[in-house]
Amino acid sequence: MMRKCLPLFLLAFLALGSTCFAKDLKVGFVYVSPVGDAGYSYAHDQGRLAVEALDGVTTSFVESVAEGQDSERVILNMARKGFDVIFATSYGYMDPMLKVAKEFPQVKFLHCSGYKNSENMANYFGRIYQARYLTGMVAGAMTKSKIIGYVAAFPIPEVIRGINAFTLGAQAVNPDVQVRVVWTKTWYDPATEKEAAKSLLDVGCDVIAQHQDSPGPQEAAQERGVYSVGYNTDMSAFAPKAHLTAAIWNWGPFYAEMVQQIKDGTWKSDFYWYGMDKGIVDIAPFGEMVPAEVQKSVLDKKAEIASGAYQVFTGPIKDQAGAEKVAAGAVMADGDLLGFNWFVQGVVGTLE
Amino acid sequence: MTPEILLALLAATVQAGTPILYATLGEILTEKGGILNLGVEGMMLVGALIGFLTALHTGSPVLAFVAGGLGGACMAALHGIVCIWFMGNQVVSGLALTIFGTGLAGFFGTPYIGRTAPGFDKFSLPLLGDIPVLGTIFFQQDALVYFSFLIPPLLWAFFRYTRWGMAIRAAGECPAATRAAGLNVLAYRWGALLGGGVLVGFGGSYLSLAYTHLWTNGLTSGRGWIAVALVIFAFWKPSRAMIGAYLFGGIMAFQLRLQAMGTALPSSILLMLPYILTIAALAFSSWRSERTHAPAALGVNMEPSE
Repeated sequence: MMRKCLPLFLLAFLALGSTCFAKDLKVGFVYVSPVGDAGYSYAHDQGRLAVEALDGVTTSFVESVAEGQDSERVILNMARKGFDVIFATSYGYMDPMLKVAKEFPQVKFLHCSGYKNSENMANYFGRIYQARYLTGMVAGAMTKSKIIGYVAAFPIPEVIRGINAFTLGAQAVNPDVQVRVVWTKTWYDPATEKEAAKSLLDVGCDVIAQHQDSPGPQEAAQERGVYSVGYNTDMSAFAPKAHLTAAIWNWGPFYAEMVQQIKDGTWKSDFYWYGMDKGIVDIAPFGEMVPAEVQKSVLDKKAEIASGAYQVFTGPIKDQAGAEKVAAGAVMADGDLLGFNWFVQGVVGTLE
Repeated sequence: MTPEILLALLAATVQAGTPILYATLGEILTEKGGILNLGVEGMMLVGALIGFLTALHTGSPVLAFVAGGLGGACMAALHGIVCIWFMGNQVVSGLALTIFGTGLAGFFGTPYIGRTAPGFDKFSLPLLGDIPVLGTIFFQQDALVYFSFLIPPLLWAFFRYTRWGMAIRAAGECPAATRAAGLNVLAYRWGALLGGGVLVGFGGSYLSLAYTHLWTNGLTSGRGWIAVALVIFAFWKPSRAMIGAYLFGGIMAFQLRLQAMGTALPSSILLMLPYILTIAALAFSSWRSERTHAPAALGVNMEPSE
């Protein structure tokens, strides 16, 4: 008797369950690296926790998903399992996500740092270059040799934009400053990135900035007793004596806003490129070696950027060869920023 | 290039070459006994992770380094079970060991990415560190670099002057004759394999204990394969292994400094340099050499006796 009824009980339980949780929005996140890396994916996961805190929302994530084929399988799986919203947080997830998005029109897809979208797939990113400009001001104020090192990942517009903004910020407080770039072609390789930082220190740099996710460059700066600027999250734990500040991500408010809009039915697919005004990018707390007047001037500039009174890429801006690329007073358009493929004057390095 | 930059480059060369030196010496010891082990990359990763975890939990870098070596030996033991006990194909087993080691270290290591463990820091050796030029290059390093200086001469003397060393060489050159002479070939092969595993594990833990104090998946990024190639470049000689490892480390450090100095060469070309050099050195040394220096029975399995 009991055995015959069991499926019925189960069915009833499932039905009950589905009505109880019918309004729970399932939100999935796909990360390119492990969450525990205190870097890029860690920052995204902090954003996920803000979504989890919303009423009637459950979240889950898959970490260390390789870009390309693997990611398509993971995103497809999430869509099949009934996720309502899927965030994919790395550039290489763009085409796989677009493919899955076409198959699941009722699911909302959000892709970070790309440029393709559709009816139910939006792009988003943050204007981290605004934070880089501010960290550049700090580095420019702290350098004595007037040579700053920048350990960079890949020569793509996102990274080039960051280097340019950083350089303009440094030049704003220290006009003759030079920013030297070393490409590692890695996103997370502590050994290579640390060695790259050391190579910059050997040629006279006394502040090291970075655009990778490992704290390798921070370690190098700490060991040599010079200064460093971090990226993604506050990296001061790795180099307490060196860490001046960092350009950091703060995805929480944006993720919560998107999911709330989806719940309310007001969301639409778009290209979201938020900046300091929304708090999506910021700088980490200053190290105690940063003088009070430097801190104040940086915070004043931050307020100007957040209010929209100051645009980072305002002319005149010259390229490495000295040719004027942006006329005095003109502001670079978003389209040009997204396709940035030249260095501003003062950067020493190649684009390949 | 100013003298200061050159000195810094040479000091960085020694450091970058050290993990490869340990691994190359380990593979030389293994291959001298007649066992080809292509699992170096996976063994290094396991050694690096075990070293890192031990440092993190015990706070003792020395213990961590020893544990990293033992980790490498455990991985080598797997290769021994397959190839010495069951007479499996050494190439296939070695490749499997690399894939397995990479996965194993990734599986257990992922939660520890982004943590910092205590490790070895640089210190200047008294007297030796004050020697101009040479002191700056060789004797202002960390303890593991100094330790690595001792191994090539010891290994050389071991092969040349000790009964065990000569028996291992005999097991690699002509196992049948060695057995006929009444020596236990398989025991010597086990010894060479496990001893080599310890050295390879040392190489891995150098990366997570001294080169950086961090762990990440794939920390070795191909250094194990370079070590396998350098064994051939070194003609199975510990002294030449030193040259090979520093040559590779030097080019690796050099290309980054070339970028930092502001060269116009594309970085993609520069990043290729260490690997191009490895291929070129391998081709050149094999072409110049009149005979093959490999142990005659390298990769040939031996029947268990009776």
